[in-house]
Amino acid sequence: MAEKKKEETRSIRIAPFVTILIFLVVGIVGIMTGEVGRVLEQAIQVCLSCIGIG
Amino acid sequence: MEAVRKWIQTILALLVNGSWSFPYTRTIYQGPLKVVCSPGLNCYSCPASTTYCPIGSLQQLMAGIRIALENGQNFFGLYVIGTMGILGGIFGRLICGWACPFGLIQELLHKIPSKKFSIPRKLNYIKYFFLLFFVILLPLFVVDDFGYGEAWFCKYVCPAGTLEAGLPMLMLQPELRQTIGILFFNKLTILIAFILWSIPASRPFCRTVCPLGAFYSLFKGLKLVKLRLVEENCTQCKACHAVCPMGVKFNESPEDTECISCLKCMDKACKFDAISLEIAGLPVGQKSRPTIPSAAK
Repeated sequence: MAEKKKEETRSIRIAPFVTILIFLVVGIVGIMTGEVGRVLEQAIQVCLSCIGIG
Repeated sequence: MEAVRKWIQTILALLVNGSWSFPYTRTIYQGPLKVVCSPGLNCYSCPASTTYCPIGSLQQLMAGIRIALENGQNFFGLYVIGTMGILGGIFGRLICGWACPFGLIQELLHKIPSKKFSIPRKLNYIKYFFLLFFVILLPLFVVDDFGYGEAWFCKYVCPAGTLEAGLPMLMLQPELRQTIGILFFNKLTILIAFILWSIPASRPFCRTVCPLGAFYSLFKGLKLVKLRLVEENCTQCKACHAVCPMGVKFNESPEDTECISCLKCMDKACKFDAISLEIAGLPVGQKSRPTIPSAAK
């Protein structure tokens, strides 16, 4: 009975939400500084030395 | 459940590699989807890749940080780190088990019949070295005369890049074959070594070298979705040890950094409902078998 009650009263963990929120803010700051454009610029070019060629 | 996971792995691998016009264009996809983060390790120089690789992008941003600052651009990798952190905060290493194309390749290789070996636990720590040095510190601090660093992990180690990008690009652009040298053969050797190692050992790259797996493992106690040990149901039968592809002894270490939440232990091994999936601390999908009385343990 006590175990069942313990199971029922399991609380929601807050830590994951805090973690996600922190990284969401970090990501938004990155977006505001224009980093998305830089990521796209890099990702649409073949970096030959990065893949072991050249 | 294992069949479902394989389907999800395959579908996600095809989604992050969904551009199939490369036989005609002979180059990589260059559309706007490349601002979307691939959850698993997937080289963005792969001709079919539609997303960016977080490890590749992070290294490039670290390598170019001086030049960016000189040009008045505050590019510290925050967009990439933020995206990786959100994925890590929700899923942690579940991504390794469900959404990584290179993980899927290793799993398929491991199905080849052979004598199977375990991987010594100490080797698991090497991946943190690669994350810290090859992804962050070396690209940041070892720079040329112009202030540019290099993507050390991509350039010298990443076998996923060789398989998904290096070899296909050599096939698509034959003129590149004249430029290959020791760098390429070094990476080809690493790729072959991991392919061969994946046959007798389960997921050797994920366990020993992958910096993305190392990053996601930092969220072991913080992630939203995770497996939970129901201690009152556990009989210490150790059935979970035998099925784990990552060498986790779940009943002894339920918060193990190596757990990729593939659910094999919960679905295939445990007969006593001692392992359940939880989201933010609340159990989901737990079967309704009765709790084992203490006398039966």
